[in-house]
Amino acid sequence: MLANLPYIVVVVLFLIGLATIVLKRNLIKIFLGIVILESAVNLFIVSLGYREGGIAPIYTNAPGTLMVLPTPQALTLTSIVIGVATSALLLSFAIVIWKKYGSIEIGFLRRLKE
Amino acid sequence: MITSFIVENSPALMVIVPFIAAFVAPLTGRVAPAVRAWIVGGAMAITSAITLLLASDVYAHGTRLYVFGAQAATQTIAPDSGGIPVRIMFTVDPMSALMLVITAVLAFAVVLYSLTSERDHTGLGSYYTLFLLMVTGILGMVSTGDIFNFFVFLEILSIASAGLIAFRIDGGIAVEAAIKYFVLSTLGALAVLIAIGIYYGQYNALNMALIAQRMQYTLLDQVALVLIVAALAMKCGAVPMHFWTPDAYSMAPSSITALLVVASQASLYGLFRAVFTLYNVTLNAACIGWLLIVLGVLSMVVGVTMAIPQKNVKRLMAYHAISQTGYMLLGVGVGLAVLGNQSFLSAFGYVAMEGGIFHIINHAMYKGLLFLTAGAIFFRIGTYDLNRMGGLGHSMKWTMVFFIIGALAIAGIPPFNGYASKLMIYESVFAFNPILSVIAMVVSILTLASFVKVFHSIFMGPVLPEYKDVKEVPRPMLIGMGILALVVIAFGLFPSIVVDTLVAPAAHALADQGMYIATVIGGGA
Amino acid sequence: MRMSKIVRTGASILYPFIVIFGLYVIMHGHLTPGGGFQGGAVIATGAALLLVAFSAGEISGMVRKSTLMGQETLGLLLFIGAGILGLIMGAPFFANVLANSGLLFGQAVLPGPNPGELNTAGVLPIMNIAVGVEVWGGLAIVVMYLLSTIEREGA
Repeated sequence: MLANLPYIVVVVLFLIGLATIVLKRNLIKIFLGIVILESAVNLFIVSLGYREGGIAPIYTNAPGTLMVLPTPQALTLTSIVIGVATSALLLSFAIVIWKKYGSIEIGFLRRLKE
Repeated sequence: MITSFIVENSPALMVIVPFIAAFVAPLTGRVAPAVRAWIVGGAMAITSAITLLLASDVYAHGTRLYVFGAQAATQTIAPDSGGIPVRIMFTVDPMSALMLVITAVLAFAVVLYSLTSERDHTGLGSYYTLFLLMVTGILGMVSTGDIFNFFVFLEILSIASAGLIAFRIDGGIAVEAAIKYFVLSTLGALAVLIAIGIYYGQYNALNMALIAQRMQYTLLDQVALVLIVAALAMKCGAVPMHFWTPDAYSMAPSSITALLVVASQASLYGLFRAVFTLYNVTLNAACIGWLLIVLGVLSMVVGVTMAIPQKNVKRLMAYHAISQTGYMLLGVGVGLAVLGNQSFLSAFGYVAMEGGIFHIINHAMYKGLLFLTAGAIFFRIGTYDLNRMGGLGHSMKWTMVFFIIGALAIAGIPPFNGYASKLMIYESVFAFNPILSVIAMVVSILTLASFVKVFHSIFMGPVLPEYKDVKEVPRPMLIGMGILALVVIAFGLFPSIVVDTLVAPAAHALADQGMYIATVIGGGA
Repeated sequence: MRMSKIVRTGASILYPFIVIFGLYVIMHGHLTPGGGFQGGAVIATGAALLLVAFSAGEISGMVRKSTLMGQETLGLLLFIGAGILGLIMGAPFFANVLANSGLLFGQAVLPGPNPGELNTAGVLPIMNIAVGVEVWGGLAIVVMYLLSTIEREGA
């Protein structure tokens, strides 16, 4: 049970993120929902590489031999970097929308539908 | 010596060159915009040349491997790695090479076109940076052999294209389209990432060949398959997830829309790669095959019926793009549905797959051409509204000729390339299930009807007073469109040569999973 | 809104330390937790701190947009250059040709657990520096653009 705790948290975070995206009407909140989803996925990947009692996979002055897997950490880091770019782009979109429409409620985003 | 160096390192160079140019271009733009134009154009020309060299090499000598950071480029398994391919590698097999050819030709035509069409806009430094990053993303996506690397290039592509869709803010509407596109593609990319996590957790591998070799098709793998298929089908605009397509395609600058078409084909490539290379016969081929077929038929029918009432010419073309994507899904889906049954496969399965893959390359060419003509019309008269157009055939003769070529090709009229690939799909699908073939033909007829209407309202009729002074578009734009038109005609006139040399090896490489694994890991499955 | 004197003085004292800590994280990326992205992000938070404490106009002398832009390009070219180094030496792109070569960062790594030596790991530290410079420029400029846009609206 305890070993599966990270995965339970992943599912909970994932659902929170999805619910935020679907239910909220404010663009910033929707974008935060995406960030929460990203965190869920990152947590999922990094907990895949966890080994009970392992140390950080750094070789300098390593006391033991059991280390957690480095690859998932590299993947997570890459995914975090991409997440930063994603959030920056989404937030700049929100700024443009706010400047043009004076609101960031998605109710105002209906101009594409004729 | 220099040639052999370029050929040897072409998989890396084709990504390096646009990448460097992407970040040098904005700097030079401050000094002199003309220098920037030469750098962007030159970089794209070099990239296309390298890509074509690589593709011809692949077709001549078989799959090319390029392992980044290894001692030698073909050393897939490092000596100290315990027999596992740990490094990121590019695996360029004939299917990837075909996608590379498409990207190279279209991106070169588009860059020629957009050097003129975007001349008078601001923010061109960022425009070319994002443009070249988008090309990098597509090239990387179609040639990588590492599934996490695929995700990275997918995100590079998404971020660059979202920025470009919003590029002409257009009072905020373009940004709305970009938000829609980007939220969806981020969700899709996260789904792909979860699937990657599932593979890694089960098989301790990120290399596609190694995952394919170890594939067990457990329940978790089915979850991963659903995630990947859903995400990539969304990215390529198949019907239940198509609603971002018309918005994004219509609001992006036309040159970018042409490139977005290739981007969606690259997602389609990712979908086929996942289904055929990662899973192949381990999955329930008939079930997944029928899933692709249903997606395809839905896309064809819904796309074309939504296209007919559109008033905005680019929205109309975007719906047709959805409908044409359906043909590819149908063709390859039929191939997948009979996978594992060798007699069916050689009777009509391979032909169906070849038809679907041939349609990818044809669609990229004629749809790119059509979007570029729409952009040319917008360049001169400043509107996409069909009701406000008319009589342009008198002044924009070349644009009209290119539009006719594109429209006849998309409707599947001989002797253009759309006819060749659609005929292959009709024939092979008829052997599989006649009803599907009939639906495909009806959709094709509706496409023709729709384009006849569009052609009439844009080019026919008397010269409208407000467009009295409209001139033909500048020559670089015409050359860009001309390249695509030439390809459309050439592929239509000599389809058998193209199919034999380009498409058939691609289809066989896609279907043959054992070969792929053997090339990368050695030994075979 | 103008921040109080305490915040402004505190921010200007902290800023150099944040930059130095970030540079430390970048330089020791191949030995300790961290690396180019993390260090660059640390420095970019310094720029964000300055932006919060002062207004965008006041710090234009300390954090210049054109410098940051240049940094972004420079970092990227350095990164790709480190990759091309492999091509020049006849190995594939990104090959670590400097490791154990005796040249820059080319010292051989001692076997077994050891305190670590800065002068090892070949092109990895170069790539870390490149990524650090790039992320520093990129993230700082993102933060600056986002915050300065809001401010100009006069909220």
